[in-house]
Amino acid sequence: MFSMKQNCWFIRKVVIWRAVASIAWSVLLLPITTAVFVLLSRFSLFHPIQWISDCTNLLTASSTIFSLMVLCAVVLITGFFNLEFYTLVPSIPCSRVALLGTVLHPLQCVHSLVYSSMGMLVMWCASVIISGRYSTLGTPCMQNESGDVLTCLNEYHLFLLLAGAFMGYSHSFLGVVKNMYYVSFQPIQQYKYPQFKGCLPMLLKCSVIQSLYSTRNFAALYFFFGYVPRAWISSTLNLPIDSSLQPLDSLTGLLDFSLLYHLSISGTFLYFTWYLTVLIFRIYATEAYSFPVQSTFSEDAERCLPKVVGEKSTLVMKFLALQDLALLSQHSPSRRQEVFSLSQPGGHPHNWNAISGECLCLLRDLTQRLVAHQDAVASNGRVKSQSASSDTRSASSSSSVLSGMEDVPETPRPTVPLRTPGSVFKSSVGGMHSSLTAPFTPDVDSPFCSPAIRRLVGQQDPQSPWFGTVQSPHIMRRGPKLWSASTESQSNGSPPASPAIAPSPPAANKKPSFLAQWLQNRKEQVKSFLAKRVLIVYLFNKLPEASSQALFADSQAHIWALQGLSHLVAASFSEDQFGVVQTTLPSILSSLVVLLEAVDRHFKLPHASSKPARTVCSMGDSTYKTLRFALRAALKTAIYKITTTFGEHLNAVNISTEHRKRLQQFLEFKE
Amino acid sequence: MMCSLAVFPPPLAAGHTHTLMEQHNELQASDPQVDLPSPQFTRDTLKGHSRAESSSKSAFLDQRDTLWRRSAGAWRDAGLYGLLDQITNSADEVPRCVSVGSSCLLALLRWSSSFHGSLFPHLTLSSDEMVAEFSQMLDWSDSAVRSFSWHPHTDKFAVALLDDSIKIYKPHSSTAPTLKHRCQRSVCALQWKPLCGSALAVACQSCLLIWHVDPASLSTRPSSGCAQVLSHPGHSPITSIAWSPTGSLLVSASPVDTAMMVWDVAAESCVPLRRVGGGGVTFLSWSPDGSRLLAATPSALFRVWETRMWTCERWPCLKGSCQSACWSPDGACLLLSIQGERLIYALSFSDLTGGPKAATVVADLSETSFPGPEGDLTVGGEVCSLSWDPRGERLAVLLKGDAQSTDHPSVIAVFKTRCSPAFELLPCGFVMGEAGAEPRFMQFHPHFQHGALLTVCWSDGRITHVPFYFSSAGLSDSQRPAALSTADRSISRLYTEDLH
Repeated sequence: MFSMKQNCWFIRKVVIWRAVASIAWSVLLLPITTAVFVLLSRFSLFHPIQWISDCTNLLTASSTIFSLMVLCAVVLITGFFNLEFYTLVPSIPCSRVALLGTVLHPLQCVHSLVYSSMGMLVMWCASVIISGRYSTLGTPCMQNESGDVLTCLNEYHLFLLLAGAFMGYSHSFLGVVKNMYYVSFQPIQQYKYPQFKGCLPMLLKCSVIQSLYSTRNFAALYFFFGYVPRAWISSTLNLPIDSSLQPLDSLTGLLDFSLLYHLSISGTFLYFTWYLTVLIFRIYATEAYSFPVQSTFSEDAERCLPKVVGEKSTLVMKFLALQDLALLSQHSPSRRQEVFSLSQPGGHPHNWNAISGECLCLLRDLTQRLVAHQDAVASNGRVKSQSASSDTRSASSSSSVLSGMEDVPETPRPTVPLRTPGSVFKSSVGGMHSSLTAPFTPDVDSPFCSPAIRRLVGQQDPQSPWFGTVQSPHIMRRGPKLWSASTESQSNGSPPASPAIAPSPPAANKKPSFLAQWLQNRKEQVKSFLAKRVLIVYLFNKLPEASSQALFADSQAHIWALQGLSHLVAASFSEDQFGVVQTTLPSILSSLVVLLEAVDRHFKLPHASSKPARTVCSMGDSTYKTLRFALRAALKTAIYKITTTFGEHLNAVNISTEHRKRLQQFLEFKE
Repeated sequence: MMCSLAVFPPPLAAGHTHTLMEQHNELQASDPQVDLPSPQFTRDTLKGHSRAESSSKSAFLDQRDTLWRRSAGAWRDAGLYGLLDQITNSADEVPRCVSVGSSCLLALLRWSSSFHGSLFPHLTLSSDEMVAEFSQMLDWSDSAVRSFSWHPHTDKFAVALLDDSIKIYKPHSSTAPTLKHRCQRSVCALQWKPLCGSALAVACQSCLLIWHVDPASLSTRPSSGCAQVLSHPGHSPITSIAWSPTGSLLVSASPVDTAMMVWDVAAESCVPLRRVGGGGVTFLSWSPDGSRLLAATPSALFRVWETRMWTCERWPCLKGSCQSACWSPDGACLLLSIQGERLIYALSFSDLTGGPKAATVVADLSETSFPGPEGDLTVGGEVCSLSWDPRGERLAVLLKGDAQSTDHPSVIAVFKTRCSPAFELLPCGFVMGEAGAEPRFMQFHPHFQHGALLTVCWSDGRITHVPFYFSSAGLSDSQRPAALSTADRSISRLYTEDLH
């Protein structure tokens, strides 16, 4: 909370305003989309003049104005949800049961409920706008016996309303499955308007396709179960069903071209308004922000790049700062000069030290994460007993680059740090866990955090020092694992001799009591029983690429750090007057080489180098699936950038022999 | 200041020169000792895809298939057109209203596409013709070598051949890996990724291929698993590609797509940058400092994008489309040639003022006759491609000859250039091949130690290297011919308007 308070200036002054502007634009664009919707809904090929005049009348009608206001409210709520749930690091469920867990999470249920009701509202507006036979829930009908005019249930209206609820739910559901709330950064910078214009065709295509899918699915659903809500509504509202009309849950009732046309048009309208809000928000949120490198006023020091880059709590600020660093290192010589400058009294290169230190820290953290993952996978392959814990430890300590992890009591089977969806975020960008209220970060209350992760957060010290003494990811894994532990034993195929299922890992180090032993055996029997059930295996089996994707989920930050560092170092060859970069060059080079080795080894793991299938048109951003490839390419390019700039001068840099050998490969373009 | 071919030293007599080099400020016919592979490819040894896809189809198609099957096949092969065509042609098998409807629809489609085609004539070309039209390779469809590219940092180069394979040559290596891929058809351009040892981008007819050829590997046939296929609907054939000098982005262009694609290759994601005017993008060239990108269209229009915020300047030309262009090493000067003209234009950019307002003519390359032992030799013509060496001291210009006459061959004219204090072009000489061999493509070696090295692909399938030995200090004043000072200073204006 404390750290939140001290740098919420960015949230307060930038993010909120960006969100407000994006919502304002969505609201401003609403009349246009509504007008197009009206035109399409009343379309008649053979009476164009009447069509146009009808539409203009309709657009000025009071009912349309009222529904426009309702739609505005819907857009406002959507925008609020965007701001509340947006995340820069996607949550990647590693097994189907984890996915199920996020979908059935109470907050996600509330989210779905809200979206369902918003879908109903939009569809109500749509039916009012289309009017005709759809306009109201009750419709006058003639009863046979007495000839009185009664009010019957208008099934068309009900059909549209239910379709709205269905579409709202599927939007919310797909939002989780396809990471709709994940904001990715474009590879190039563009102004907002051209970017919006460029995305518009894709947006339209997505909403049409999504609406057609939903129409199909909803029609099928209504065909089978449509009588349930109809009977319920008719009995609660005391509206009799008009028996003279064809019921809609029959084949002839559903094969009504105009009904399906209106349903898909309204569905497109619904999805388009929501996607538009999402798109505009994404464009605003990812807009580059230029932080000053240094300020003459001491009160602004908090807002300068060197401070901001090191920020842990506000993820969006850190990302934008790293993006700014990557941009300035490539495009702006004057700002680079400020980075290389010395402090006025004292003559210390504080700017460069802070920036390079933070970038190196990020890279080191990634290296550590990869090494831990490799250890975990390597030890997974073997059948392990209680005593194996020392094996892993020695193995990991020998292969780990940083010695920080050795003194941490490890679980016998060190699990991947990023197993549960939310934990991606946890251990990823190092101590960014305390951002409980940052709007962009999936906070603990978000529907995308599994309960496991909330426990983890509770355990963590938000102020953990992380520069210098890097905290081991293992510490963060001490909490009991809901899905992951049992997941592993399945994927192993090995007889479940895992003590890792025990909720308290230190138990492995203690002498287990008899009771614990007995419990352990019971548990394993249950597990071996369950392991034979197909459904359980299906649910608990690890999704092949997921752990790899999860490891690199936040790698956009690392890519920028690599770009920023390499371009700054390359620029320093000619621009750095005081030689401030030279002192850090050895550590930069060795960090890069060590990371490269870890990445190379990671890509030798099964499934790590398999490409994800191309996604068809969808609003959910899937760039996170290929981030690991992007990181590898960025890493190699970064090393090449430095080696081609410095050339033979690199021989004078003080680095270890193995690293020099690897760099020699780069000098000879053999990588 | 304008330079013309009249001030050039006469070309060395063709016939007894097979290689050339520049030494002591003049072009000589001698055998340079360049330690680089120079392979030769003949058309006979390369079996190209002589038959078109469609011609073999009709030979094998069973005409007695059911209508459904034929329609499905037509839909798969030729899309909506094929389907409608098939339905219209089999009028006796379908209800009358359907066949009439489809023929009306077909007529409507044809009319609209011919209207569209009349706006942009290149759209009526077939895919292969389009590649041949917009390739930098002179006479692409007839050539054994389809494309060529030097690696930006090492001494290896890649050659795309008539049989749709790509060979990679390295000095001191007996193996030349051959790259083949199912999607690798009608290769129009090749480019190695900068700041990378292995990645080669290939512009194919249907997609973009990124080969990752491990430099340490001894394999002669890397599997097609080493290639990444990047494609985007409606973005083919691809006629030009350009890597950003930092190697992070790849831009691809297709004459039928008004958007050029900016690829993040590793992530396999792309951002389309669409500008409607022009009807497509044919040629791309990234300035060496990475700040600007030239995008030529098939119409009389080209654009210069700045690559920070990706906004563009429109440059409508007066006559034709931009055929070829090259940037000076510092990215401050752009030389370009317009299709159908015998001129070289220069545009100079400086960071502060934004951009130039008009292009100046720097060279006039209209036909000039030189007396030779076997009669007059005519040199000059349309500029087919331009290439500037990485030090910015030599400019090679490939001039299209007259295919009908024997005494008007295609030649490469080489200029000496200097950028400061003012941009200047001085004549250096002509590079001519053996008798009967005409240059088809040329590219400067990216980092030749002793000056510049021009690699030329000849019409007989030979690839040779022409070294230019000079010290980088520049030219002294005494060497400047007096003829230049009186040269015509006419400035032909192009117009610009800023579009953001």
